[in-house]
Order: sequence, then C-alpha cells, then structure tokens
Amino acid sequence: MTSTTPAVEVHDLRKAFGHVQALDGLDLTVRAGEVAGFLGPNGAGKSTTIRVLLGLLRADSGSARLLGGDPWHDAVDLHRRLAYVPGDVSLWPSLTGGEAIDLLTRLRGNVDPRRKELLLERFELDPSKKARTYSKGNRQKVALVAAFASDVELLVLDEPTSGLDPLMESVFTQCVREVTAEGRSVLLSSHVLAEVEKLCDTVTIIRAGRTVQSGTLAELRHLTRSSVTAVTLRDPAALASLPGVHDLVAEPGADGTRVRFDVDDDHVEAVLRAVTDLGLRSVAVTPPSLEELFLRHYGDELALLDGAGSL
Amino acid sequence: MSRAETAPAAAPPRGRRTAVVPPEPRGRGVTGWTTLLRFALRRERVRIPVWTASVALLLAYVAVALDALYPTAAERQARAALVSSPAGIMLSGPQYGIEDYTLGAMIANEMALTVMVAVAIMSISLVVRHTRAEEETGRAELVRAGVVGRHAPGTAAFAAALVANAAIAVASGAVLSAAGLAPVDSFALGAAVGVTGLVFAAVATVTSQVTEHARAASGLALAVLGVAFLLRAFGDVQELHGSWVSWLSPVGWAQQIRAYVDLRWWPLALSLVLVALLLVLGAALAARRDLGAGLVPPRAGRPDAAGWLASPLALAWRQQRASVLAWGVAVGLTALACGTFVDSVGTMVADNPEIAAMLGDPTDLVSGFVAVMALFLGLGAGGFAVASVQRARGEETSGRLEPVLATGVGRVRWLGGQLVVTLLGMAALLVASALGLWLGALSVGEDTFGLADYLAASFAYLPAVAVVAGVGAAAFGGRPGLAGLAWALLAYSFVVTMFGGLLDLPSWAGAASPFWHVPQLPGADVEPWPFVWLTLLAAALVGLGLAAFRRRDVPRP
Repeated sequence: MTSTTPAVEVHDLRKAFGHVQALDGLDLTVRAGEVAGFLGPNGAGKSTTIRVLLGLLRADSGSARLLGGDPWHDAVDLHRRLAYVPGDVSLWPSLTGGEAIDLLTRLRGNVDPRRKELLLERFELDPSKKARTYSKGNRQKVALVAAFASDVELLVLDEPTSGLDPLMESVFTQCVREVTAEGRSVLLSSHVLAEVEKLCDTVTIIRAGRTVQSGTLAELRHLTRSSVTAVTLRDPAALASLPGVHDLVAEPGADGTRVRFDVDDDHVEAVLRAVTDLGLRSVAVTPPSLEELFLRHYGDELALLDGAGSL
Repeated sequence: MSRAETAPAAAPPRGRRTAVVPPEPRGRGVTGWTTLLRFALRRERVRIPVWTASVALLLAYVAVALDALYPTAAERQARAALVSSPAGIMLSGPQYGIEDYTLGAMIANEMALTVMVAVAIMSISLVVRHTRAEEETGRAELVRAGVVGRHAPGTAAFAAALVANAAIAVASGAVLSAAGLAPVDSFALGAAVGVTGLVFAAVATVTSQVTEHARAASGLALAVLGVAFLLRAFGDVQELHGSWVSWLSPVGWAQQIRAYVDLRWWPLALSLVLVALLLVLGAALAARRDLGAGLVPPRAGRPDAAGWLASPLALAWRQQRASVLAWGVAVGLTALACGTFVDSVGTMVADNPEIAAMLGDPTDLVSGFVAVMALFLGLGAGGFAVASVQRARGEETSGRLEPVLATGVGRVRWLGGQLVVTLLGMAALLVASALGLWLGALSVGEDTFGLADYLAASFAYLPAVAVVAGVGAAAFGGRPGLAGLAWALLAYSFVVTMFGGLLDLPSWAGAASPFWHVPQLPGADVEPWPFVWLTLLAAALVGLGLAAFRRRDVPRP
C-alpha cells in the first residue's frame, strides 16, 4: 500500500431503501494518514455510507474504493486491514466485555494483547462484567478497545463518543492522535463538532445523502466569515454599508459604542482598517467555529447555501 | 452511572431512593397502573388471543378425538389401565374417576396438566416481559420517570396476566361445555387452569425481583413450576388420589377439584391465598431495591475469552450451548418417560383398534409405538432446529452481526458457523431421544430393541429435520420476512404426521411434510431414496440461503 492511494474514495454514491433515497450523490475522500471528519445530522446518510464502505450494503450506483480495493467484492481481505466501531454498539448479552473484545480482535486477526490491557486501563473498563450489564458508554468502550487494540491501517468510527463522559472523550482524543502519529487513517463520523474540530484534518459535510461541503478546516474557513466584536469612540453605524459586512449590531455604552458584526474573510482587511479609524478601544476577531459552519448549512441559511457550497 | 442518576438529589415527594422504605401516601405506589395496563394489553394484543385460541382449539380437538378414539367404556378402561402406570400418573393427574373413566374424567386427569403447564409458562413470560425485561432494557427508567408509582408496572403486568388467564379460563369452560361435558365442571376446570396461571404469574412477580436479568427471572419461575410439577407427580404416584406431597404443589391443588367426578371448589382457594401472599412478597421485595438492580448482585465473568472462542462457529456454539443442553434434557426426559410406556403398550393396543390404527403395523405393536415416539421426538428436534436457525436473524436485527462482518469474517463462513451448530444440536437431540427411549424401555424390562435400533429410528429423521432447518436458512438468506415459513412447515408436519391417519387426509397432503417420507423404524423396510433426496433438498435449501445471503444488504429491514 503506497501512501498515495487514498484510504477511502467515494464518488457520486447512490443508495435507495424502497422509496427513501438514503444516499443521493455522495462524495467522500480520506487520504492516507489523515483524520477525516464526516459530519451531518441524524439521517443524513453517514451510517449508510459506512455500511457501503464495509461491504454490508450494496450501492445502487457510483463508485467506492476502500484501501485500494472494492468494498463489496474484497470485503473480507479489506476488513483485516481496518477496524470498525458502530454508532450503537450491541454486544452478546451472555459474553463478558473482555470476551467480546478478544473475539472481535481474533476474528480480525491482528491481536496485540499488551495494547488491549493498556487500553482497558485507560478507558477504565471492567472486562469481567457480562455485556448485558453494561451501560451504553461501556458498550462503546468495548468496541473502542477492540478497535484501537488492532494493528490496522484504517479506523472507521461511527459516532464513537456518543455515551462517553468528557474524561473518556479526552482518552479517545489521545488514542486517535496516537493512531495518526503512526501514520494510520481515520474516518470519524460525528455530530459532535468540537471533536471534529479538535481531531480532523479534513471535513466532509453531508445533508440528505449528498455532500454539501468538503475540504480542510482552513479551506472551509476561508469560504466563510469571521465575527468581529469591537468598542469604538465614534458611531460605527457607517460600517454597515461597507462591502462584506453583515448583521451589524451597535449598542452605545459608557466607554464608547459596542459593535458586533460578521465580515466575509476576503474583506477583513478593509473593514478592520475602517474600524480602526473610528477610534478603537478594543477588538476581538474570532474565526468561525465548525459549529457555525454547521449551522450555516443546517440552520436558517440552509436554503441559500445549499447546492452552492460544494468544493 | 445511569443507576446513580435514577436517584436524583432533588427527589419528588414519592422519593425514588429505596434503601430505606419511605412512608408512602396511600395508593400512590400504583399511580398510573391503569394506563400501563392498557399499554401492556396493547403490546399483548396478538399473544393473548393466540394463546386463548390455541388452548381452546387444543381442548376442542382433544374432546372430539378422545371421544372418537375411545367410544366404549371398555376401551376407556383400557386407557385407564395405561394411565395408571407410574409413568402414566407422572404425566397425568391424581386419577379421579379412574374406576369409571368417562370422557370428562379423562380430560381432567390427562389434559389439565398439559394445559396448566402451558398457561403457567405463558403467565411467567408475560409478567417477566412487562417487569424485569423492561428494567433490563432501560425502558422502565423512562416510564418510571413519569407520574408512575413504584408498584405500578408490577401491578399492571399482573393485571394483564389476570386478563389473559381469565380469557383462557372462560374459553376453556365454554369449549368443554360445547363438547357436551357438564358446564359447571367445565368452567371449574377452566377456572383451575386460569388460577394456576395466576399462581405462576405471581411467582414471576417475585422471581423478577431477584436478579438483574429477565432470563434469570423466567428461569427461576420455570424452576418453581418444575418443582411444583415434580411434587405433584411424586405425591400422586405414592398414593391413589395423591398423598400429602401432592398438596404441596399448586398444580396439585388445581387437579384436586375433581372436575367431572365429584366437583369441589375449595382447593382453588389455596391457590388464591398463595397468589395474594406472593404478590405481597413481590411488592415488599420491590420496595427494597433500586430500579434495575436485583437482590442478588451479578457475578463477575471471565475478563478474557477462552482460546477456542476465535471463530464464527465458536461464537455460535458459545451462544447456543445452553439452549442445546436445555433442549437435550427436555427431549431426553420426554423420551425416557415415553420409553417406560413401551411394555404397557401391548395391553393397551390389544383392547383398542383405533390406537392400533394410529401406531401402524398391528402385528408388531412395540416397534410401531417406538416408531411413533421417534417421530414425535424428531418433530421436537425440528422445533429446536427452527429456533436455532432463527437466531441468525436475531444477530442481524440486534446489530451484533455488523461488527462481526466488519472483521475478517466472510458471510458464508458466518452463516455456515450458525448452521453447523444447528446441525450438531439436531444430532445431539436425536441421540438424547434414542438414549431416553432405550433407557426408559430397559427400566421396565423391555429389551426387544438395542440402542442401535433406537439410534437408527431417531436418526432416520435427521434429513427431514434438516429440510425444515433448510427452509429457515433459505428464508434468512433471501427473504428474512418469511422466516415464519419454517415454523409453519413444522406445525404442518406435526399435524399431518400425527393425525393424518385419523383425519383421513389425501396422500399429497401428507407428502408435503418432509417427515412423511421417512420410513418408520424399527420395523419398516429401509429404502435409501427418501434419505438421499431429503438430504439433497436440505443441502439445496441451505445452498440457496448461503448464496442469497452473500448478495443481500446487511442489515436488511
């Protein structure tokens, strides 16, 4: 496997369940060695895409390549090179968590017993309990330990932190960083934006089975606006007429006028110069969070941006 | 974690903390039970009518069939002699009316036990389904966080069992009356059946408190049923009409009403008192524990898997071994009991030409009887086979199959592992049935046939059972929605092979059952062809299932 072959390459993927079009022209790429975020609301088609990639579902049309192979025909061979954590982990009720971990890693075939012990400790999981007694978070940990303990090229993680507490989320974050430090690839589906922002090199945002935006975090931010909060001595109302300025709100205060607005990133320089000319007391410019990118696609501006945003 | 959250610091007035029993405003403990009862009945809206209809149809069939099989008093007395053997008593009742064995006495003595056991199992599973199973899945947490008293779910579950048992009691009474039996005795027998169901519903409300798991709750309640069954059997064998030991068993009380012989109602009062005591005990135990917790803390298991647990086949075996064992014990004990009848069958059949007609070759009664028993037990193995094959679908719908198929396990290897365990389980059950028949016959001094004959008789059904399993496998692979076909085929086979002769069915109707083609051993001539083509048919069905499963979506809705 050369590093130039993408771990995942999906083009124009389509899949219908009866009358429901679950995937409707989806594109997704995970380059070797990177962490790719896969964002979308519930029902957008994230799990369906992953099941197609795992050879569990057969796509109606479009192309999907996984680690250079065909996910449907080469399923078994490809699966030895990847580990999968489902979004809703269901375990065999009569097996203990430890038995389930051993079973899943043995079926995959790349067991590293020392790594397993270490992970059990880090995730604070008691492996001697029957799976039926585990909470959702603990079932999730079983699947995570089984995945991270395997020596594989690609990790496919479907909303892996739902059910984990913040402490365990940070253990998870560390584990993903270690995985990427070893040059392995990760496909991380999520609707926890902070997690994607923290971990991912690239992001693909999908909606209703279609990719609406994708690229590196920096590229996506370039397309968007920054928020500016400033306190000026003179009245800032004139700023509203400058090109690239949106949603300006001004409130007069004791030490000047407090103004908040969004600015298109390609107009930032001119607008900030104008703000400075108003007698600047303080200023804060914040880049858009993924939260805002996300809301922009699924919030009020959805209709405007939909269809125009794809890179 | 979630357990701690169910006892919030800012507890509502009815406090959810249960380590110390708080004084509760009168009636508040069951707030909301009527809503929950309606909900329970909504969830049981298919099961309760099906159970009621099944019991009613069984009783109607038995009343008509026994009347046809034993039209004269002399023939009924011959059957009485058979039923009075120790094995006969263990599987029937306290023998009231045995000296003048009327149709009513026959039904009360022989059928009531079967119906009561079935209704008890129904009641146990109903109560556990609405109490401990709800807690185990976490759904009860959602319900109890509403305006719902601590005892409301248990009350509603028992009330639902009450509805089910009342329906069965009334239907049984009506059917038996319609069959021409004394109406008062018929409804008394129906009431005895229903009250016995209620006793075990109440037992289940207690066993549901003990551990965190629904399966353990059902298992404990079924164990109580088993003990009740054995105490009754032991007591009735000790003395005609039962010794004091019989009176230790709620199953015994229900049979002691002497329906159709010399009816008395008061033994049912014992059952009702026991129901009340058990309900109080269950409520007291429930008040002492946290939601979701048991009285017995769970045991720790293995922190890592045994070395052999490393393939889909091993996983399938690990999941099914307990059920193979349970089925094996059940089939083996049934076979043992049947085997003890072998010596008395000659006397019975000599007096009853209808029975002789059902058992086949009248010149060799013992071999005919053994062959019918082997068929009956083969159908039992078919029940295991269908249930076993359907576990594959359970793995898929529960979401456990996907992570396995996402490892280096191919679909054929996975489904193949499931089916190999089904096949091994079938073979084990057929061995158990042969062993049971052989040992049972030996125990009463009947040694016409050796173990090899019994093994041949039961293993002759392996290809037929495999065809039924194959139908299940083909359905799973191609159309999981049609999985019920395997059960339907089995039920159909049961009806045509057991009663085909009596019902006078055309031969094509019998030929539709794979069991119909198997030569009845010992005794019949052995032709290889039925075995060959049944085996090929089973293999083709399995092949079809595997091929279709390779091509379809997983999970398939």
